[in-house]
Amino acid sequence: MSNYNGMELMICLASRYLEDDGSVVVGTGAPCAAAMLAQRTRAPKLMVMFEAGGIGPRLPSMPISVGDSRTYYKGLLTTSMPEIMEACQKGMVDYTFLGGAQIDMYGNINSTIIGDYDRPKVRFPGSGGANDLASLCVKTMMITPQDKNRFTNDIEFITSPGYLTGKGAREAAGLPPGGGPYKIITNLAVLGFDEETCRMRVEMIHPGITREQVIENTGFELLWAPEVLESEPPSEEELEILRKDVDPRRLIIGRG
Amino acid sequence: MSKSNTDYHAAGDQEVVYKKVGTRRLFSNPDADEARDHFTSQSRRMVDKTTTVKDAVANLISDGDYFAAGGFGSNRIPAAVLHEIVRQKKKNLGFAGHTSTHDMQILIAGKCIDRCDAAYVVGLEARGLSKNARKAFENGDIEATEWSNATLAWRYKAAAMGLSFLPARSILGTDTVKYSAAMEVPCPFTGKPYVAVPALYPDVAAIHVHCSDIYGNCQIKGISISDLDLARAAKKLILTTERIIHNDEIRREPHLTVIPYYEVDAVIEVPYGAYPSNMAYEYFTDEDHITEWLNTEKDEKAFQEFLDKNIYNCKNHWEYLEVNGGLEKINELRIQENLSDKV
Repeated sequence: MSNYNGMELMICLASRYLEDDGSVVVGTGAPCAAAMLAQRTRAPKLMVMFEAGGIGPRLPSMPISVGDSRTYYKGLLTTSMPEIMEACQKGMVDYTFLGGAQIDMYGNINSTIIGDYDRPKVRFPGSGGANDLASLCVKTMMITPQDKNRFTNDIEFITSPGYLTGKGAREAAGLPPGGGPYKIITNLAVLGFDEETCRMRVEMIHPGITREQVIENTGFELLWAPEVLESEPPSEEELEILRKDVDPRRLIIGRG
Repeated sequence: MSKSNTDYHAAGDQEVVYKKVGTRRLFSNPDADEARDHFTSQSRRMVDKTTTVKDAVANLISDGDYFAAGGFGSNRIPAAVLHEIVRQKKKNLGFAGHTSTHDMQILIAGKCIDRCDAAYVVGLEARGLSKNARKAFENGDIEATEWSNATLAWRYKAAAMGLSFLPARSILGTDTVKYSAAMEVPCPFTGKPYVAVPALYPDVAAIHVHCSDIYGNCQIKGISISDLDLARAAKKLILTTERIIHNDEIRREPHLTVIPYYEVDAVIEVPYGAYPSNMAYEYFTDEDHITEWLNTEKDEKAFQEFLDKNIYNCKNHWEYLEVNGGLEKINELRIQENLSDKV
């Protein structure tokens, strides 16, 4: 039996990719928890930004909106959405995190509709800032549960760009060179992208999870890294900070 | 070749090809000359623009207008104006779904919108989705054209600059651009593809601010989201303010002024005018009330009673506040905003 749940593991794994001299635009929920954990462990100088205009806050608690006052608490600058997005567009932002209802093998994400556009079966919020961040930040990450319906090539609407149709497609479409999905952190594995094909590949599998489970919960054929590692579980220190300081009310980690 | 000898202008010798990558309807005229005709005809006189929310909505917003709200959905929204639009049963409004959450939820509850530039709609961020707003899109009651938050913000910026479009490097290659009304154009200097986003000049916008003088010179604390561009893009602007301050206060610290009076058509002092949304350094979001709103939407009859109680039977924002706990409630939210409860 492990002493942590899937959400705690995903947040810890995500936080370890964030560097001290890096910048990240985050939303609410798990990505924000990952950024807060990173700031409180290995990356105290991580520059956190929010799309509504908050820059460099000392996050006191989890925001419920990317524009609420927590997002600029003791911050460096309160500015505008255009300024944040323009910073991304000129190449100032290293990381971002996205969410979505569907993702395909190139890391393209749907957060707009299921069904016909004019009479959708389900209407989701749409891009918000997600497409802009996926287009303009250097490395895009995602924290998401993994199952066959979510990880599918029958994606109904590409809201935010992954690698589109493969290598070179982003640049051909006019997106700034060098961007794209970096890591997808799920409850089963850490997925990256093959450099040649830009297809999703398994790089780490979580303790106690089998290759078969990863395959069964993916709607498309996965590639495998030459050496698939076992993800390193959360340390005692990470768990303590996450539970006591980052999310004491268990708003995010309570979701398992 | 060294930098000093390079002629970068030579990079653009190619045939210009425009692509209509966006297939959807453009709801407003991006023409800068049409907008300029309007702006040049406006008086620049610095006169007292104070009025009431009721009169501002009655006089400045017409059925069929394209409307935009300032703030960020559940932060610094012009709630008093939004409720009054619903009370006055304004119909067939176009709406900028730019970071819209609770603001749009209010207008959809009143069935005021029939078309929407959708960058972020139907959701309330970490709080979940609005059943009522989803239904309006899923039933086709609201015609949508898709955008992203940045491209919609830059559409305001293009208008604020007095242009008809701006180039950008986002949304290309996706269905978001396909279901937008954008064009793809080559950069005239480098030949590289850009998305051209059309200027958005709303007929009327409403923005809530921290303080303003009676002429509309105003100050905002905290993040400004897209409001500085929106204020300059809109053909008419209704300003609600936590408090009216003397013009001397504005002149003492002009570096704090974010919108000048000549962009403003109406000024109304509405203390707690962003409630139930978050007003920076003043009061936090009333999460209980927004949760109640979201939950009540699930039962049509209960929701109608809820709207009667909170909007239709209220004369103004003061009565809406009273229904929800009045100043005592505001005081709780002020404590939360200042983190005095250590939550």
